[in-house]
Amino acid sequence: MEHYISLFIKAVFVENMALAFFLGMCTFLAISKKIQTSFGLGVAVIVVLAITVPVNNLIYTYLLKEGALAWAGEDFAAVDLSFLGLLTYIGVIAAMVQILEMVLDKFFPALYNALGVFLPLITVNCAILGASLFMVERDYSFTESTVYGVGAGVGWALAITALAGIREKLKYSDVPDGLQGLGITFMTVGLMSLGFMSFSGVSL
Amino acid sequence: MSDIKTVITDPLFSKNPIAVQILGVCSALAVTTSLQVTLVMCLALTSVTAFSNTGVSLIRNHIPNNIRIIVQMIIIASLVIVVDQILKAYAYDVSKQLSVFVGLIITNCIVMGRAEAFAMKNGPVLSFFDGIGNGLGYSVVLITVAVIRELFGAGKLLGFEILPLVTDGGWYQSNGLLLLPPSAFFIIGGFIWILRSWKKDQVEAPDFKIQPNTENSGGH
Repeated sequence: MEHYISLFIKAVFVENMALAFFLGMCTFLAISKKIQTSFGLGVAVIVVLAITVPVNNLIYTYLLKEGALAWAGEDFAAVDLSFLGLLTYIGVIAAMVQILEMVLDKFFPALYNALGVFLPLITVNCAILGASLFMVERDYSFTESTVYGVGAGVGWALAITALAGIREKLKYSDVPDGLQGLGITFMTVGLMSLGFMSFSGVSL
Repeated sequence: MSDIKTVITDPLFSKNPIAVQILGVCSALAVTTSLQVTLVMCLALTSVTAFSNTGVSLIRNHIPNNIRIIVQMIIIASLVIVVDQILKAYAYDVSKQLSVFVGLIITNCIVMGRAEAFAMKNGPVLSFFDGIGNGLGYSVVLITVAVIRELFGAGKLLGFEILPLVTDGGWYQSNGLLLLPPSAFFIIGGFIWILRSWKKDQVEAPDFKIQPNTENSGGH
């Protein structure tokens, strides 16, 4: 149990997707002007990560890994399909987002309307694919990848909500012309990233 | 001919994908600690953008509109797999350092964005050069950041010592901050500042105008 808690905390703070690995930066910078929309997007990312990382883990363990096809007969025992990984993960992510969209539309219309535009956008959010790739690289088990998926999502949501809060205040400050908008946002994210680095010494 | 020139030179500064269109920032920050890795990344991204643009443009009239994203995605993902395999075969060390970031070219918004915005509407030749141009625009920013970070952070360029470090008996006290992730944000922020002071039309209008501090408004 302790192992999972420490993995979760690590995924949220120490290895924060947005501030330590710069994943999902495009959406992170583009959709962080209002707290409310950023929070909605954050929730959507948590949901999608919590589903796609474990699913990709299953696919990797039982279909793609070297020797993973052993269950299909001895002829397949030596097959290594891991080079197909990238194509499979992105396919799974796109399909999952699509299914999630339909399920939400049917059963949770309120949540669906709140997330609206952001759901389809999430397919091309690098944080989602990045989490799956990290999962493969670090060889997580099924439970570990579930915890990691949720943790990575929470970390990303936390970061984008915090940034949106800062940007809402920043609107009223006098910023040099050239730095207005994108430039000052980069600086802000840099400072936030510095702040999050202080977690890196934490041992669990 | 002039079209080709425009599509190559425009993305360098006036329509730079990173600084102006906010595309492809993700990988721009993470891979810039050393110049060698950055160069490989730029090469990989430029070739993927160029060829995916060509591919999408060739079949643009046959792609049904509702599934175009998936079709583009498959073309891009296949190209990235090719690049990944080539890197693993010929530059294994660099591919280890790039770790997941080669795979993340798939979700790099520059590739998707150009396929969607340019290749779907233009012929293959022009699209190919648009891909090259945008790849170069991305490379300009990345190489600038990488040069600053490696030169001042480690005193080296491409692994050769330029500024001898104090620890090796030289005179240069290295700036450790530049090797840490946050420095990339500051450098890109600064790059945008310089670019926008030079090309004024890119400056974003502020949401609120701050009133100038006049004399008769003094006191509290």
